[in-house]
Amino acid sequence: MSTIAETTVLFGRTMKHIQRSPDTIITVAIMPIAFMLLFVYVFGGAINAGPGNYVNYLLPGILLIAVASGISYTAFRIFNDTQKGIITRLHSMPVARSSVLWGHVLTSLVSNFISLAIIVGVALIMGFRSGAGLLSWLAVAGILALFTLALTWIAVIPGLTAKSVDAASAFSYTLIFLPFVSSAFVPTASMPTPVRVFAEHQPVTSIVETVRALLASRPVGNDIWIALAWLVGAGLVAYVLAMRAYRRVP
Amino acid sequence: MTVASEAKAIEANAIEAVGLQKAYGEVEVLKGVDFRVSGGEIFALLGSNGAGKTTTINILSTLLKPDAGAARVAGFDTSREADRVRRAISLTGQFAAVDEVLTGRENLVLVARLRRVPDPAAVAGRLLEQFGLAGAADKRAGTYSGGMTRRLDIAMSLVGSPEVIFLDEPTTGLDPEGRLEVWDTVKDLAKQGTTILLTTQHLDEAEKLADRIAILHEGRIVVDGTLAELKKLLPPAKIEYIDKQPTLEEIYLSLVGTKKVEATS
Repeated sequence: MSTIAETTVLFGRTMKHIQRSPDTIITVAIMPIAFMLLFVYVFGGAINAGPGNYVNYLLPGILLIAVASGISYTAFRIFNDTQKGIITRLHSMPVARSSVLWGHVLTSLVSNFISLAIIVGVALIMGFRSGAGLLSWLAVAGILALFTLALTWIAVIPGLTAKSVDAASAFSYTLIFLPFVSSAFVPTASMPTPVRVFAEHQPVTSIVETVRALLASRPVGNDIWIALAWLVGAGLVAYVLAMRAYRRVP
Repeated sequence: MTVASEAKAIEANAIEAVGLQKAYGEVEVLKGVDFRVSGGEIFALLGSNGAGKTTTINILSTLLKPDAGAARVAGFDTSREADRVRRAISLTGQFAAVDEVLTGRENLVLVARLRRVPDPAAVAGRLLEQFGLAGAADKRAGTYSGGMTRRLDIAMSLVGSPEVIFLDEPTTGLDPEGRLEVWDTVKDLAKQGTTILLTTQHLDEAEKLADRIAILHEGRIVVDGTLAELKKLLPPAKIEYIDKQPTLEEIYLSLVGTKKVEATS
């Protein structure tokens, strides 16, 4: 119970950071929106992604890119707290250690979801339509929440261990890159075999396919289980590694 | 143990370190550190860089576990009763740990909420007043000067009136005025009965502030006593006649005109 109260106080603190520099949310939303505009209005005409509006096809991958870049701010905030001695101060106080990290993780979840809402809003203006019902939308939100959680726990590791601020957030470029080699922008069928094999077996493809199916009210098939296995698996591994790194912080 | 005798034991020894050892890999930082600090005392741990001062403070404030030996703070074992120790202490580390995005007031309220102090807003208001930060209370801490930041840092340590305060090099990086402000604060705290352990590399700081001084050298306490006792360790003073030149600090302070010159005397 006390851990929850402390987490809430610390979550309030980092949310104030976001309120005071709303550019963190805008910056996170702008790059994926730029990609969306570029792909729909510049490359879109040349891409054959099947029938229907290309925005509908593109949106799931764009949302994942937003999360992948958004979590670098969490790494940055944790890095700052470590460097400034704020984490040390909290650890010398009667505060549960776990609430220190959970405060950051919840902030990541909320701020990324605000960015995602902005992007979906822009997609709607660009013609994105979905016939998905409430349950499907909840399932989409759940998958995106799991994706954000897993990536946030990955971000905690460089946040705690990096030696410089650039190193703390550089890892997110790899994560932003993953959707490009997946079915997020174009169907994998057109890719050369080695690339296609990688694209079809990396986590982003199953997550994108699941979200796309849910939004299009199509059956999700096996993809949802593969996606969940990836998300829970990667999330747990990252959590364990993050906790191991955290134990070394005095 | 009865409550009364327990309270007495705490007063007798607010801090007790017995045979503390700590190594980082091959490097032995502490090789058996022993000392005791009585309640209400200002105790200075003196040592050069890398002598193990911060490691000692980190063990006493429950951030690190010693490889061997034990420490009791406010009557509780720092390894086995870490949470009770944390409720009784506060730590001001080497670098001012304030949230620069929050205002001074918000920083204090944050700590008050985490320490579950009743009426956090009132506590914050009182400390801002006491530390001369009332005027800047609602400005972001990132805009504060070095001295103001350090005062806020120390004020954050006083939320909830802890019995024992650890100050790790509290005046490092401060200008002379900032240093005097911190010294005054430390003296005031000790007057109110708070036990203070501070580390410093500045001999004059230990001399001006501390009731007792211990010198930590190569992982061990080599001497421990009052200033008078330490002076006895040297051969008796010879009487020499020299011109009393003002120190640069006195000149500086008389020129910039601060009201706290008497604190240097």
